[in-house]
Amino acid sequence: MATKKFMYLNRKAPYGTVYALESLEVVLIAAAFEQDVSLAFIDDGVYQIVKDQNTDGIGMKNFSKTYHALGDYDINQLFVSAESLKERGLSADDLMPLVYEDEDDDWAEKPSVKIVSNAELKELMSEQDVCLSF
Amino acid sequence: MADILGAEVDEEGFLVNLGDWNKEIAVEMAKSDDIDLSEEHWDVINFLRNYFEEYQIAPAVRVLTKAIGKQFGKEKGNSKYLYSLFPYGPGKQGCRFAGLPKPTGCI
Amino acid sequence: MLHTVNKSVFERNSLQSCLNTIDDSSVILLIEDGVISAAKHTKSALLADLAAAGRVFALQGDVEARGISSKLADNIKLVDYEGFVDLVVEHGTAVSWV
Repeated sequence: MATKKFMYLNRKAPYGTVYALESLEVVLIAAAFEQDVSLAFIDDGVYQIVKDQNTDGIGMKNFSKTYHALGDYDINQLFVSAESLKERGLSADDLMPLVYEDEDDDWAEKPSVKIVSNAELKELMSEQDVCLSF
Repeated sequence: MADILGAEVDEEGFLVNLGDWNKEIAVEMAKSDDIDLSEEHWDVINFLRNYFEEYQIAPAVRVLTKAIGKQFGKEKGNSKYLYSLFPYGPGKQGCRFAGLPKPTGCI
Repeated sequence: MLHTVNKSVFERNSLQSCLNTIDDSSVILLIEDGVISAAKHTKSALLADLAAAGRVFALQGDVEARGISSKLADNIKLVDYEGFVDLVVEHGTAVSWV
């Protein structure tokens, strides 16, 4: 099977709607097909990977922990819109430190999150075979 | 509704309430699959439970295989070894014994 | 009146619609994704005056779930579910801006 480039666009805050969790589940399931997968977090989607999420008060599963598993699934390209962060008063320090282990570099831990401008994101999107928006 | 040692299970034998799990339940589930849980089984079961605690998901078999190899030695990091322990699949059967839901993406 | 808003200010205009029609004695309670409007960011000015008057509340569980506890704008009052009920009792008619 030829490898295709897949990008998942995450645009919604977690918990209020089911989009964020659905996207994450689809990403994990699709990881079995060993395609070239990247995730983009834009608009309120940036709240999906904000640190210190605590769902005790709303009785829902805190699936922010699951983003830490993405590296195990060879998903290590997480692009975050700089403009979306800025508009929301957020910075790189407010995001979870998501990492992956680089098999080709003696399993060194490397950051998966990359903050990009919307112009860079436009370039990245144009390189994809498939873009799925949630 | 079916149960194992008083803990409710679904039609595929997975625990309905993950909090019900204890070692006796795992032993009992294994027994009805004709498996005597060995130390090697427990290594995998404990790994699965820790993984779920940390990431809130059961790992895919590919992820499990790689991680077991890393933690317990290369000779164990392959599906042949894991299937020898869990003939119905390390994901499906292993997760069931570990009291976890079915792995995401496992049909 | 009690107005509840459950959509993000970046996603829908329900907060703006609510603000357009709210009277002087009403209060706003932000719930679910609506709590995003309680964070300090480029849209915070929308609620600043009302918050300064002590008339903007946000549901604590929803705030904590979205990791914005340390990012709240000034004068936002946090309430738990009991506080939610108290607001309903105190203000009578509730309007849900869904």
